[in-house]
Parts: sequence; structure tokens; C-alpha cells
Amino acid sequence: MPMLHTVNKSPFERRTLDTALRHAVKGAGVLLIEDGVYAAFDGTVVAEKVKAALADHKIYVLGPDIAARGMSEHHVIDGLEVVDYGGFVDLVTEYDKVQSWL
Amino acid sequence: MKLSILVNEGPYQHQSADTAIQFTKAALEKGHEIFRVFFYHDGVNNGTRFAVPPQDDRNITEQWTEMAKEHNLDLVICIAAAQRRGILDENEAKRQGKDGDNIAEGFRISGLGQLIEAGIQSDRLVIFGD
Repeated sequence: MPMLHTVNKSPFERRTLDTALRHAVKGAGVLLIEDGVYAAFDGTVVAEKVKAALADHKIYVLGPDIAARGMSEHHVIDGLEVVDYGGFVDLVTEYDKVQSWL
Repeated sequence: MKLSILVNEGPYQHQSADTAIQFTKAALEKGHEIFRVFFYHDGVNNGTRFAVPPQDDRNITEQWTEMAKEHNLDLVICIAAAQRRGILDENEAKRQGKDGDNIAEGFRISGLGQLIEAGIQSDRLVIFGD
């Protein structure tokens, strides 16, 4: 499998999600962690961009970081996969490489 | 699988030190080998035993130390980043003429070559930072 890209900053704070999506090849995975999970919620100004990216990428979001922010998994955009830390580890091993966009 | 971890952010700075701990814990639980955890930039501040967080808060350095003890982890602090930030072991304190050292149990100070080696020897290098 191609590369897993992790994004740990909010799309309302930094441009790392855009950078990751611009560099991610078709089939690459994107994992949203820490403040990056804010990109996972429906109804925001970046939601359409995230939905469009689902055509080319699997997008994952770290569940514990959603809970840590008092947010609900019910508001996560359809088609995104919620994973726990064990799932994070599995993704790291399933994809060939990991690129952390810091 | 053989994994290495790079921590570029200090404790209590944002969340990456915590994420790195949770990830490392989960990887060990799944039976993966952690070849090395390398602390670079402000990440070296994870390795001071002089920090005293409030009792109802997590102690990030102790979490590393405990995990290192239990799983025989190799926790390596970058020497140049450590010197800039006042993280010293006994040898370095002596060499620099300082009156004491502050490195936490389970950590050791070494050079960037250790990061390069971790990248070469491991199947994956996972980076946590700000």
C-alpha cells in the first residue's frame, strides 16, 4: 500500500491538511490525529474538501482525540473511518511508509 | 514489525508527547518491537527527572521511564538538542563543568547517528511533533 499521511493540526489553524492532500497519491491514506480531527466533522468550511478527497483516499480519524475534545463521532463525515490507538498502529504497519505533516 | 519513534515536541507543550506514548504503548501491546525512541528538538525535555507536574496530572517523563523499564526500551536523547536545553547526564555535566545532572532513569544521551540507525534498522519510523 502507498503512504499513510498523518495530520495533527486543525485545518483552521494550519495548512498541513491541504499540503498532505496535495502530495498524497491516489490510494494513499490520511489519518487525522490531535487537533487534526477538527477536519473530520461535517458542516464546517473544510467538510466539502474532505468529502471530495474521499474519492482518492481512505481517511481515518483517531477516536480518542475526538472524545478528548468533547466532540461526538456522530458528527464525523460519512465515509471516514474512526480508529483507536491500536488501529493507528495497524495503519502504520499496513501502509508502506508514514509521513507526518507537522 | 520493527518500529522506531521520533519525538520532536516537549511534554505539556501540545499533545505529541502524549500521542507518542499512547502509540508506543499500543504498538507494544500488539507485539511489535520498538527498536528505539529518539528525542530531538524540544522533545529532549521529555527526559528531565526534575519536572514536578501537579499530582492530579500525568507525569510524562515517568510514563516513559516506566515503559522503558517494563519493555526494555531504548530512549535516546539528541546530545546537541539536549545541551542547548540543559538536559545533562553525569558525563556531560562533568565535561561541561556543570554542578549536576538531570537526566531521567531509562534515558540516555547520544548523537544523531542513533536516529539515522533507527531509520535504517526499523520497518517504520513514526514522527510525532508540533
